[in-house]
Amino acid sequence: MAKHSLVALVEDKPGVLNRVASLFRRRNFNIDSIAVGHSETPGLSRMNIVVDGTATSVEQVRKQLDKLIDVVKVSDISEESLVARELALVRVKCTPQTRSQIIEIVDVFRANIVDVAMDSMVVEITGDEDKIGSLYQLLRGFGIVEIARTGRIAMARGAARAVGAGGKPQRRAARSRKVKGADEVSNL
Amino acid sequence: MRLNGARIVCESLVKEGVEVMFGIPGGAVIPFYDVLPEFPQLRHILCRHEQGSAHAAEGYARVRGKVGVCVATSGPGATNLVTGIASAYLDSAPMVAFTGQVARPFIGKDAFQEIDITGITLPITKHNYLVTSAADMATVVREAFHIARTGRPGPVLIDIPRDVFIEEAEFRYPDKVNLRGYKPTVQGHPAQIKKAVGLIEEASRPLILAGRGVLISNASAELKELAERAQIPVVTTLLGISSFPESHVLSLGMLGMHGMAYANMAVEAADLIVAIGMRFDDRATAKVSSFAPHAKVIHIDVDPAEIGKNVKVDVPIVGDVRPILRSLNKAVGQSSNGEWISQLDEWRREHPSTAVRETESLIPQYVVRQIFEVTSGDAIVVSGVGQNQMWAAQFFEYNKPNTWVSAGGLGPMGFELPAAMGAQVGRPDETVWCIAGDGGFQMTLQELATIDQENLPVKIAILNNRHLGMVRQWQEMFYERRYVATPLKGPDFVKVAEAYGIAGLRVTDKALVTSAVQTAMDHDGPFLIDFQVEPEENVYPMVPPGAGLSEIVEAPREEARVS
Repeated sequence: MAKHSLVALVEDKPGVLNRVASLFRRRNFNIDSIAVGHSETPGLSRMNIVVDGTATSVEQVRKQLDKLIDVVKVSDISEESLVARELALVRVKCTPQTRSQIIEIVDVFRANIVDVAMDSMVVEITGDEDKIGSLYQLLRGFGIVEIARTGRIAMARGAARAVGAGGKPQRRAARSRKVKGADEVSNL
Repeated sequence: MRLNGARIVCESLVKEGVEVMFGIPGGAVIPFYDVLPEFPQLRHILCRHEQGSAHAAEGYARVRGKVGVCVATSGPGATNLVTGIASAYLDSAPMVAFTGQVARPFIGKDAFQEIDITGITLPITKHNYLVTSAADMATVVREAFHIARTGRPGPVLIDIPRDVFIEEAEFRYPDKVNLRGYKPTVQGHPAQIKKAVGLIEEASRPLILAGRGVLISNASAELKELAERAQIPVVTTLLGISSFPESHVLSLGMLGMHGMAYANMAVEAADLIVAIGMRFDDRATAKVSSFAPHAKVIHIDVDPAEIGKNVKVDVPIVGDVRPILRSLNKAVGQSSNGEWISQLDEWRREHPSTAVRETESLIPQYVVRQIFEVTSGDAIVVSGVGQNQMWAAQFFEYNKPNTWVSAGGLGPMGFELPAAMGAQVGRPDETVWCIAGDGGFQMTLQELATIDQENLPVKIAILNNRHLGMVRQWQEMFYERRYVATPLKGPDFVKVAEAYGIAGLRVTDKALVTSAVQTAMDHDGPFLIDFQVEPEENVYPMVPPGAGLSEIVEAPREEARVS
């Protein structure tokens, strides 16, 4: 099991997010995070989906996604060299005594304080999951009131290799003899 | 030309070559039904339950090779279609289902008979649409039919709000569909075909597994050519029955849970599996880790997601079965595989899985065999699900493509009668036999009224064992004969038929089976026979749940006398 980054180019139409999300549920997959926004092509959106699974099972879900009429293209870019980022907003409690300690931590992480109130602050941090996780651990001691995360968005590094309508065909992932679980419990 | 939404639908159906639809009107679709008389080329068959409409559309589609169309109103009409849509989805049958929806201003307000049918059918349709403007209608219908019949066929649902039927828009039927996310592969990759040819020529114990994809692709002739050319024996899946003539010397019949013993033994022994248009369903493979343990696998399928889904594949070929088989036939050399074929012939003789037992009493296997004998196999057989389905699959010999219609994927009881009705509409000149169980028949028997109203000459054989037979068999075998909720009482099916204006007969005596079947055949119009068969007859062979194909249990020896 490993985290996989799927990038899907989809029609910008009502209900498409529902179709994608519903497919994950139906194929018994948990979405770690999903982030959707406009793409560089008008009428198409790009979805960044992070999902936990074996290479075989993620390959199966990728192919199932590709079958959706509104999905133009979908790739698993996990094996590529990636730039991956996530943004989080964290509202943390503070007192006149703790405020400067929090500011120091925020500086070390090159995060920003985007709102200050008498008894709390909102910290904005961008980075990979580890970085956000580390900051979260450090701020926890002060009391976290609220956290909002965008989920990971990712792109392959290097020369023009956009996961676009005319991109390269995807590589085929390794296959195993059987699907997990199908054998231990027969389908009565 | 400015037309209202209802007329745009009808004009589009005419353009798509639709000849018939199965449906039931209701509040939201009255505007559609109101304009139907303006289009006499569109025949409408009024069903008695929407599940019947959808199953009829599937039955029609499967024997006619065209898209089946069904129509229902909003809310309960739409939800009643769900079983039939799911069945078409799992059987890869081309279907377009039209549902009415409440008027646009009422959507999301929980209005009377409002239901989110596009949401409900999301996982059981190939695609679906909610049409929010009459201006989109023609494009949506064009796309829906294209999606339903191309690639791996399947059902597409179009949900139309009542006021969109009434709204006017300019009608122009699009020449082309433009779907950038949908481009099914047709031709197989030449390098993959070359690899497949290599494996076929190397193999000494090759075996073809033919599925419904062969029938969908209309590739029975090409399959026969490949089998004969390279001398590869053929087994079929349940849904692949009739893709290869069962009278052929290379035919080994059906594999799987209730497959022929020798077919399953062949899978076990094979060194190469050529899987064509099939998806390694668990009823076909049994325990997947011990499936075809000595074989390399070539998998030909139009759906790339089927490759490697259940079974590891050595050479996948994605594309339409027919052109791929043509390429294979051009490239593959002649072989003999004589040793392998004589081994299989020996197993076939030692394990006569399709032999009907000699009995005094009336057994269902005998009934199916007599229907085969009397019709000389020249009939379309439509089955339900359960024991009746397995006996119909095992004891009738299918030699012509698309003469077997069974809901193998979803397995919905009650499929048989409406699907037989649809098949008869699609093939009015063929004899259609509906082989039903007494349980499944009672789930959709109201379609007898439709059959009578349309005077469809469907012949109905109820294998009446007064039980939910397959469940009873499992209770007998695996639950120490605790027959909980499986015994069924009545009704008098002959009287039921009579009440619907349909002639019928009851048969309790084995000696009268043949003449009863002949009577049904001679009768001008629909006919029902209630065969009162042995209640505790079991389906054999059987691979117990959780076991591998090689662990097949055959009929107890003393019973296995050949007739």
